[in-house]
Amino acid sequence: MSRFTLNRRDLLKASSLAGGGLLLQMTLPTSVLAAEERALVRSKELNVYVEINPDGQITIYSSIPEMGQGIKTALPMVIAEEMGARWEDVKVLEAPLDQKKYGLQGAGGSTSIPRNFDTMRRMGASAREMLIGAAALLMEVEREDLEARESQVFHTSGESRTFGQLAALAAEQPVPDPEYLTYKDPRAYTIIGTTVSSVDNLVISTGQSKFGIDVDVPGMQYASYTRCPRVGGKAVSFNASDIKALPGVTDAFILQPDDRAGKAAMVFLEGMAVLRGGVAIIGEDTWSVLDAKRQLQVEWDYSDASEDSWTQMMADAKRIAAAGGGEVLLGEDGDDGVDAALADASHQSLEAFYQFPYVAHVCMEPMNCTADFRKGSNGEADTLEIWLGSQFPGQVKEIAQNMLGVAPQNVKVHALRMGGGFGRRAIHDFATEAMAISHHADVPVKLTWTRTDDIHNDFFRVGGFQNMRAAVSADGKLAAWDQHYIGFKYPDRFTVGSGLRGNELPFVAMDNARVSQTMMDLATPCGAWRAPGSNTNAFVEQSFIHELAELAGRDHVEFLLEIMGSPRWVKPGDVNALNTGRAADVIKLAASKSGWGRQMPAGKGLGLAFYFCHAAHVAEVAEVTVNADRTFSVDKVTVAVDVGPIINRSGAISQVQGSIVDGLSTMALQIITMEGGVIEQDNFHEYEVMRIAATPEIDVHFIESDNPSTGLGEPALPPLAPAVTNAIYAATGERIRSMPLSDEGFKLV
Amino acid sequence: MSQFKLTVNGQSHEVDVNPNMPLLWVLRDKLKLTGTKYGCGIAQCGACTVHVDGAPVRACVLPVSAVAGAVTTIEGLAADGELHALQAAWIEHDVPQCGYCQAGQIMSAAALLAAKAEPSDADIDTALAGNYCRCGTYVRIRKAVHSAAIAYNAAKSAKGA
Ligand code: FES
Ligand code: FES
Repeated sequence: MSRFTLNRRDLLKASSLAGGGLLLQMTLPTSVLAAEERALVRSKELNVYVEINPDGQITIYSSIPEMGQGIKTALPMVIAEEMGARWEDVKVLEAPLDQKKYGLQGAGGSTSIPRNFDTMRRMGASAREMLIGAAALLMEVEREDLEARESQVFHTSGESRTFGQLAALAAEQPVPDPEYLTYKDPRAYTIIGTTVSSVDNLVISTGQSKFGIDVDVPGMQYASYTRCPRVGGKAVSFNASDIKALPGVTDAFILQPDDRAGKAAMVFLEGMAVLRGGVAIIGEDTWSVLDAKRQLQVEWDYSDASEDSWTQMMADAKRIAAAGGGEVLLGEDGDDGVDAALADASHQSLEAFYQFPYVAHVCMEPMNCTADFRKGSNGEADTLEIWLGSQFPGQVKEIAQNMLGVAPQNVKVHALRMGGGFGRRAIHDFATEAMAISHHADVPVKLTWTRTDDIHNDFFRVGGFQNMRAAVSADGKLAAWDQHYIGFKYPDRFTVGSGLRGNELPFVAMDNARVSQTMMDLATPCGAWRAPGSNTNAFVEQSFIHELAELAGRDHVEFLLEIMGSPRWVKPGDVNALNTGRAADVIKLAASKSGWGRQMPAGKGLGLAFYFCHAAHVAEVAEVTVNADRTFSVDKVTVAVDVGPIINRSGAISQVQGSIVDGLSTMALQIITMEGGVIEQDNFHEYEVMRIAATPEIDVHFIESDNPSTGLGEPALPPLAPAVTNAIYAATGERIRSMPLSDEGFKLV
Repeated sequence: MSQFKLTVNGQSHEVDVNPNMPLLWVLRDKLKLTGTKYGCGIAQCGACTVHVDGAPVRACVLPVSAVAGAVTTIEGLAADGELHALQAAWIEHDVPQCGYCQAGQIMSAAALLAAKAEPSDADIDTALAGNYCRCGTYVRIRKAVHSAAIAYNAAKSAKGA
């Protein structure tokens, strides 16, 4: 039929669809016929994501790095669905790093699903049409009478061919023009929306899964690196002869700081992956170099080193809050409406100072990287081969080019499964170090960070403060809102996660609001930490709204819904803008599923919070028990989520469960402090992660609205902290305005 | 450097290492058994959990010179080509997220099941108290241990019969 006839325009498209440019790169075909002939070389590859073996096994490539977010299962499910494959026939393999072929191969910001969903659908539908085309030829029937399902193509007569039987011929079919592709009716889905166990569970459960830390390269040495304890400092000298004499140690040397590695095309990575000054030790096994590291005595040059002090930051912030002011971001300075409403004697007003600490990522797998730099001889170019877990493996090539001058085509990156990411593995300082050590020592090296290295040299979730003022009218309505963010910036650039995002409640939905900020200078490295900004702003805003509901003597849910106003999309068509209708729906659902409004026994309380971020609307209700000795438990968390249709139900629930545990662990237990530029927490005995006994029951409900599917790695985390502190208030009458709860005398059990 | 004889997953090995080297690094770097993970090195996280004569130990703080018994790691848990009931339950309940802690979780749980046929939630909380999961898979770990217990006992009585 005409819609699949090849013409030159289609060919251009086909080739860009397949991404390989296989047809056109060789020589531009002079005729369609020549092009069709060239298409025959495609073997059984239907496109860059799909291969089918004659035995029926379907291989689907996953191009996005996996860190536990389940993307390696979810995106292939979309392809399999549109193809008409049976999930049992599918084997998922990691695609090599090739961003020309696959587009951005990165994971961050809960964007992997929305960024790739349409492409996956297209790849599946395209493969399906090629299989149907092959079946039409083989069976000598009209393609309109054919349907692909259960890894077969069926004719209306009942006759069928398996995908395996069709594979070779299908691979020779013209690649369909995406404009004419049709997609399955979601009501007919058999894979999307089902519960699927992650594709790597067998290898993980049997200890076969390879993480970066498991890499073993012939001839490699093991390395440790000890950076200046105060960022910005550098090593002057160390007890080199003692260290080099230790058993298992082959060499030890100083590396000077190097800013070149910090250059990055992605703005949020700019300046991050610089080489910090320190001492490298290489040797025969991990333990020898870690043991030697403990015996290092280094003389440091602190002249440019951080002097950051958490105590000082807290004192400065309180002073700034009391003075008021700041750069006004929304509303007018001296705005009549806000100031008048705050001063109105008929109103009740409230002022509250909130605080949230720095926290670390502590990915379960400490940072590590294996690098093999080879100096080119006889005029050949230098090369680098590198193995690591990375959220943005393409960035490693930038570092290699900027620091070592290795051309991107001479860098081979092996991106392995990550033992956690949470934003930490978006920044590749550990790759910078491994490259620099291999470059200096002229051997392949595996650099392993200790847990202490991992905590001390994190790119922390930035701490901060907010001074909140608001008024409620005599009839219990929110009359004015004045929010002063007191955060941090670097001398030359912004600090990721510090500040307001501009689309927050309630100011996005009300008139009488003023938002201002004061940013203090910072040296401590900070970066993206699961739901940057949102994870702390939600705590402040959703807790303060509850404070105001209490002040007004109103039910929290009713007050929150009133703030939402009528159902509307704040910026129609923009998925990153709040939709108050979707918000109200999840709030009502969480409330009803949790039994909101019921009488609670003494010492127990329910607390609610809502937050919108990463295109997701999420409401949570926490049920807590607070004991007389101030131990507390979170007994249950009810979660209502609208991220559009769910792809893998098991994976989606898993992300929500993980976010609840992570949120609770962080708000109850975790704080990073620094004095004189030195990070004070050394290992898990001083920086705890929640253990199994404290795990609440987690009840997850999805509203599968007909909005596009969006990501769920982050957005279920921010509402947890305010839901818990609001519940503790309900149970005790005590308001918590600072995290972690362990510092407020509450112990999670 | 000293010679040590180790039995790991039923196979005997001889290694020539520093007597202070923890078992963890002998397994990972010398025997290339990397299923056992490093997480903290101070017996806080459980990522390195293995069995010595069936008892769960933290391999990161056990010097190789102090290993007195047969070592089982995650790679050796499946016997005769059959998954351990816990491994099957881990897949069935889709427990892992990043997966890095899971070898340690499974090894701790395996020691629990061997000692207690029908563990309660409290038993699980105690047996797994030493195992962090940074990704927060605890809800599913509990579920999977309960369901594995049923299969494990059935298999045990079938063998005994
Ligand atoms: S690595 Fe052994 S307990 Fe953490
Ligand atoms: S699954 Fe990632 S730490 Fe447990």
